[in-house]
Amino acid sequence: MNPISFLTQTLRIAIPYLFAASGGVIAERSGIISLELEGLMLTGAFSATLGTHYSGSPWIGVLAGIGGGLIFGLIHAVATIRYRADQVVVGIAINLLAIGVTRFFLKLAFASSSNSPRVAGFGGNAAAHGFDNPLVWMGLLAAPVLAFFLYRTPFGLRVRAVGEHPDAAASVGVSVEKVRYIAVAVSGMLAALGGVFLALDQHQFTDQMTSGRGFIAIAAVIFGRWDPMKAALACLFFAAAETLQIQLQGNQLIPSQFIEMIPYALTIIALAGVVGRAIPPAALGKTGE
Amino acid sequence: MSSRTREQLEEALFPPLVALLVALICGDLLIMSYGQSPATVYRLLLEGTWGNAYGFGQVLYKATTLTFTGLAVSLGIRAGLFNVGAESQLAAGGFLAGVVGLGLSPAVPGLIAVPLCLIAAALGGGAVGALPGWLKVRFGAHEVIVTIMLNFIVLALLNWIVAAHLHVPETLHTPEIRTGSVPRLESVISAFHGSAANFTILIALTTAAFVWFYLFRSRRGFELRAVGLQPDAAEYGGVSVGGVWFRAMTVSGMIAGLGGVNYVLGYKHYYEEGFAGGSGFLGIAVALVGRNHPVGVVLAALFFATLSQGGLAIHAFVPKQMVEVLQGVVILAVAMSVPEVRAVLRRARKPVAA
Repeated sequence: MNPISFLTQTLRIAIPYLFAASGGVIAERSGIISLELEGLMLTGAFSATLGTHYSGSPWIGVLAGIGGGLIFGLIHAVATIRYRADQVVVGIAINLLAIGVTRFFLKLAFASSSNSPRVAGFGGNAAAHGFDNPLVWMGLLAAPVLAFFLYRTPFGLRVRAVGEHPDAAASVGVSVEKVRYIAVAVSGMLAALGGVFLALDQHQFTDQMTSGRGFIAIAAVIFGRWDPMKAALACLFFAAAETLQIQLQGNQLIPSQFIEMIPYALTIIALAGVVGRAIPPAALGKTGE
Repeated sequence: MSSRTREQLEEALFPPLVALLVALICGDLLIMSYGQSPATVYRLLLEGTWGNAYGFGQVLYKATTLTFTGLAVSLGIRAGLFNVGAESQLAAGGFLAGVVGLGLSPAVPGLIAVPLCLIAAALGGGAVGALPGWLKVRFGAHEVIVTIMLNFIVLALLNWIVAAHLHVPETLHTPEIRTGSVPRLESVISAFHGSAANFTILIALTTAAFVWFYLFRSRRGFELRAVGLQPDAAEYGGVSVGGVWFRAMTVSGMIAGLGGVNYVLGYKHYYEEGFAGGSGFLGIAVALVGRNHPVGVVLAALFFATLSQGGLAIHAFVPKQMVEVLQGVVILAVAMSVPEVRAVLRRARKPVAA
């Protein structure tokens, strides 16, 4: 196995996870469960394809993708914060909605039930190993930037406060709802960028192209103990396992299905606390009365 | 009807009605975005489902699976637990039913083989449900995340078993069962000819009756609902909350597992990769719209089955994906209107000069 190709492939697989997990971390640290990462990624991928297709510019596609994620993130925020709907139910509804909406509009816009036409993308210079794609850099920076915001800025302190002790935060004048709205909106845009990367990297949208990546990102958030940098490490680790599986194809030492299970099994083990318990933010999921 | 019952009924019925209205409006917009007339498309949707025997048979078939998964999810919610694992419990149940049907000698009569397959299905689903129940009670691991992760693990495991050991070459399914098939409805009512509807529907209705009895007429069910409403108070009242949680997850998984019988014993007669096809997730919608009551669950299962079959009926005019959008809209609208409706009704009922 060639180490350079192993590293670059791992990185390429990790980028969507890095975006989505960062989105998951900020929403969950504010106290909102984000089971909808999968749907946000899918929406981002589709909006980016639409934007790129009609403008010819991948940058417009990036903006469209962010916009799509923002809309779905805001739906999630309004439903759970304003209407106090159950966060788990809303997350699942958004995932279903995203599948339905992208399929419906795929049919409407491109008269296809499987994929869009080819669209422009970034980079493509083989010698650059993917580093000529600005989204790769953004994905790599997402977690450190988020960590800086969460731990080094007043707004980050507020996010963490409303996720742990909303009443205490409210008593010192923090608007709990406003902080959560912003956190969920940012989460929508970040997760959508994961989908944007996928669509532009593959130069098209295909039906359900996120294929469970949003759930791996959730696994990374939990395995990373709701910390941006640790979640990012989990993303890289999961991506490395996947790369190993791809590069070992044909070499049936371990069936691929068992390698697929790794992120999910590790998450359960982390939650059960066999090696240091994963403890969620105290107010996670508690926006209902 | 006592005023208390009426109030409960109002709180239960308003959110689904609001959701239906919202879904109709969204449907109108989607249909018009495709340049079609909503009236025509809705008429086609009804004609293709409740308007002819084949379509109705397909609705009954789809509603059967959804009744099982809806009951499974609602039983969990009654205990204060969210079972997002119905999808893999359904698959595990169908798989084990198929394996038993495959392993038994063809000489074993259906009257013995079918119950054995049912037990296998319940055990398969029950095992997948029991694990998150145990992890929650023993380690406090949140059942939502554990069941989501288990979905992927169990489905991957089943895929591996089928691919490595059990599949018919060039397919993703196991060989046909040798005994234990459940007859189709068409064998009695010939009008259902060609539809997948089968007698598993009676098992589904029996299960609904069982869940009703268990929840509302048995001591264990009373404990379960008490834990769902107020775990601390229930514990103080002498109920073992952990025991209830473990039992609820196990029974929930068993019910979802039984649902696999509809496809494996009643329709295709083999286990196939991906046969669950989202029915487990839709069970969450069914439980939510059915307001976690067995009667509501059966009605909601019919509603979602009608939508899903109706999508095929309108496909020539509007892409069938429209119904997937509407499913999401209905779930979202019910989830958003439940707390709101409760607040509005309670405000309206409050005596003016309290």
